Amino acid sequence: MTGTHDTSTGTGVRTGRGTTPGDGGSTRPVLVRGVRPLGGDATDLLLADGIVAETGRGMTADGALVVDADGLVALPGLVDLHTHLREPGREDAETVESGSRAAALGGFTAVHAMANTDPVADTAGVVEQVWRMGRRTGLVDVRPVGAVTVGLRGEQLAELGAMADSAAAVRVFSDDGLCVSDAVLMRRALEYVKAFDGVVAQHSQEPRLTEAAQMHEGELSAVLGLRGWPAAAEEAIIARDVLIAGHVDSHLHVCHVSTAGSVEIIRWAKSRGVRVTAEVTPHHLLLTHEEVASFDPVFKVNPPLRTPEDVAAVREALADGTIDVVATDHAPHPAEDKDCEWDAAAAGTTGLETALSVVQQVMVETGLLDWAGVAERMSVRPAGIGRVAGHGRPIAAGEPANLVLVDPAARWRVDPGALATWGCNTAFQGSTLPGRVVATFLRGRPTVLDGELAEDAVGADTARSW
Amino acid sequence: MAETRPDARTVLDAGEIRRALTRVAHELLEHNKGPRDLVLLGIPTRGVALARRLAARLAEIEDAEVPSGSLDVTMYRDDLRRHPTRSLGVTEVPPGGVDDKVVVLVDDVLFSGRTIRAALDALSDLGRPRVVRLAVLVDRGHRELPIRADHVGKNLPTSHAERVKVLLEETDGSDAVVIAGGRSGDPT
Amino acid sequence: MRHLLSAADLGRDQAVQVLDVAEQMAATQQREIKKLPTLRGRTVVNLFFEDSTRTRISFEAAAKRLSADVINFTARGSSVSKGESLKDTALTLEAMGADAVVVRHHAPGAPHRLATAGWTRGSVVNAGDGTHEHPTQALLDAFTLRRHLVGGTVPGAATGADLAGQRVVIAGDVLHSRVARSNVLLLHTLGAHVVLVAPPTLLPVGVEAWPCATSYDLDAVLEGAFGEPDAVMMLRVQRERQNAAFFPSAREYSRRYGLDVRRLGMLPRHTIVMHPGPMNRGLEISAAAADSARSTIVEQVSNGVAVRMAVLYLLLSGRKDPATGPVVTGGRTGGADGATRKDRRR
Repeated sequence: MTGTHDTSTGTGVRTGRGTTPGDGGSTRPVLVRGVRPLGGDATDLLLADGIVAETGRGMTADGALVVDADGLVALPGLVDLHTHLREPGREDAETVESGSRAAALGGFTAVHAMANTDPVADTAGVVEQVWRMGRRTGLVDVRPVGAVTVGLRGEQLAELGAMADSAAAVRVFSDDGLCVSDAVLMRRALEYVKAFDGVVAQHSQEPRLTEAAQMHEGELSAVLGLRGWPAAAEEAIIARDVLIAGHVDSHLHVCHVSTAGSVEIIRWAKSRGVRVTAEVTPHHLLLTHEEVASFDPVFKVNPPLRTPEDVAAVREALADGTIDVVATDHAPHPAEDKDCEWDAAAAGTTGLETALSVVQQVMVETGLLDWAGVAERMSVRPAGIGRVAGHGRPIAAGEPANLVLVDPAARWRVDPGALATWGCNTAFQGSTLPGRVVATFLRGRPTVLDGELAEDAVGADTARSW
Repeated sequence: MAETRPDARTVLDAGEIRRALTRVAHELLEHNKGPRDLVLLGIPTRGVALARRLAARLAEIEDAEVPSGSLDVTMYRDDLRRHPTRSLGVTEVPPGGVDDKVVVLVDDVLFSGRTIRAALDALSDLGRPRVVRLAVLVDRGHRELPIRADHVGKNLPTSHAERVKVLLEETDGSDAVVIAGGRSGDPT
Repeated sequence: MRHLLSAADLGRDQAVQVLDVAEQMAATQQREIKKLPTLRGRTVVNLFFEDSTRTRISFEAAAKRLSADVINFTARGSSVSKGESLKDTALTLEAMGADAVVVRHHAPGAPHRLATAGWTRGSVVNAGDGTHEHPTQALLDAFTLRRHLVGGTVPGAATGADLAGQRVVIAGDVLHSRVARSNVLLLHTLGAHVVLVAPPTLLPVGVEAWPCATSYDLDAVLEGAFGEPDAVMMLRVQRERQNAAFFPSAREYSRRYGLDVRRLGMLPRHTIVMHPGPMNRGLEISAAAADSARSTIVEQVSNGVAVRMAVLYLLLSGRKDPATGPVVTGGRTGGADGATRKDRRR
């Protein structure tokens, strides 16, 4: 159904590692034939010089790489607001490079690398290091997230301004993994980031209510004897934070919303004009706490999997825009951190390579969102919240050629060993999911073709930035 | 069940069973020179009922109370791991115990001898009888151990593949010994 | 039965079978020679990640009375309580040819992981996993209840019977109690009516879905608010819980929820008093109650050996069918495919 053919006559220019800075014009043009942008009418797209050069039917281009995209849907390249790349510090779990491969294969062209690395990304030095590793890999634009507090300790503000002014130009700040539970610190952070148009992304988890918590607190935790993580511990922090954000008129972003009550609070805050945005993860859109009965730690995530009613509520909220974006919370762990008893296991699931498929299953195939809606939730809005220029743009002539081509008719079985992420922990293991990323383009250059990483893709984009 | 099989045939009827047990009772008394020290231990399930019948016969003949009980051998079997888990039967030793007694083990069918081997082990954990004897209703041959019965109601030559089933009033509603299968090499 | 991980693994008939076999086992334990050859050549490993001399000894005695070889593996301390050691320990036991692994662990679900993660082929018996379950304790409690309430304390007299219609009050720290969880499941399966009594802080959120009644008022329950109680089981309450504000003080707890002399006097004549041990005399149970004629506390201990003999017998004596899957219900197993180490080519 799809395929790429090399129409070059032998003189076609190949982009490779030798590309020199500023040499953007050397990227070989790509002609995408018969693709349906946002699921609409089929068209051809000529990608050249990093942009969508031309659209229309029946185009030809000498020397271009032709991608037969009949039946495929084109979306703007996906932007993840919430990715754990683990580098520096836990290179046994994931690296910027391995995570970038996973991201490209999942259709992403930009990811936000969370700050809970070791050392913590709480200084300009660390965020620039991460940013440079991302550039060197060149598969996706890696946007470092800066820590809100020094060492994620929740005691003292990190140098948010220095990170904002660094080469990494950080705009999203988060202590994710930990909650900024001190109300005064949270207020100050929200106020301070206004100076550089930043956003504070809060991991909403009241710490005292969730000490040693293992799973959603309810009927099932009562039976399984696992320490409960009450919905109220998430909702209490969100309620507090939207009030503070409203008071200081700053931008609050709520990470991984998981409960129906959280949705209600965010809906209320938005109706009052509070500048609050929110994300939901693919696993909270698909899975429920009933998975925990197996005691298999691949289902241990934080916040925990919730009830079927909560899942229904976050789906509905994503559909009506109360929840703005889907973010993966891609959290790779080495096998030994999951191959143990539940209590001892690390929390988190990988998500970059499964996110689009899960969203297709729970939102598109249920009629809750069309492809334009998916583009909005997975590219346009996250790029806007993260202030990522050049991403989440319309698919039109003159726009940056950051694109993903999806085959919505494909079905695939999730095999943890076959994914590019080094994390062995996917909560979707063994599931059959719809939709497959066929190709991803970062500024017109293919990072993924035929569902595989493009040859020579790694390191090819070192010259470029957004 | 054997009695429902189309090829099942009755080899002993109720009268023949009754006469066989009466003969075994007489043999026991004759050999023991009376009922003294006799203790009958039936092996569950049907051996227990047979032991009770024998005790009743002995009481009729000699007007003496001969104690009878049951001896479950399940936990002493050597073939536990070849079969699905078995439930346990009841072991009930008469109040006088078995020490220095003449214990008569009673079972319905003597076949490989493995059940009796297990019974001897079980018995030795209960005490030290002076003599142990074995009484069975049917001896069908094919011994796998050096064990023989002292008192046999009926010797029944069979093929290895045949199934011999003893039916008793107490457990099955009527008395009969039936044989089924085997002729066509049916191993069940 | 392949494993015993939860009291919910047992249906009514299966549970009655365990109790019946336990009666026969108990009978053998009255003899001079208590040892049976049944599990000769089988290896039972007691894998205890948490100190519990009582439970370990009970399982050890049960296995030895059945002639199994017993290996005790006690792993204490924080370094071994880390997760990977459960897997590595299991692999070691597998290499040693364990036919059954009796596991006590502080983490709920650890026995499930042992049984389903593919680390060992042996039968797994849950000897208490954190605040989750303790199914053999529930079985021995059911055994004790049946003997007293159905069999008129005559051994074997209740064979074949369940606990239909019996009213059992379980009072104390239900939230942290694996005994309460297993008992609610098993006693309900056997037809008994269970009433849990605890301060609201010590009942789990979600307890409404359990197959039992709940109350905050011990006096009302003992007076018959849910019918005349046939048995009262007191659960251990740790004094340290007051530090986490589960109750204001040990004194107040004892006053409201302890089985003191006054409450002992409220019980109908036939009602028995149970405690899974170890007791906090003077806190959840008074000495008068613990030592009264109604108390089955010492008997529970000896019944424990018989019940564990029955469980080991039923798990280990029969043919092991390799095709038979684990009895665990719900969810996928972790296992082999998720655990494969990634190829880390760069």
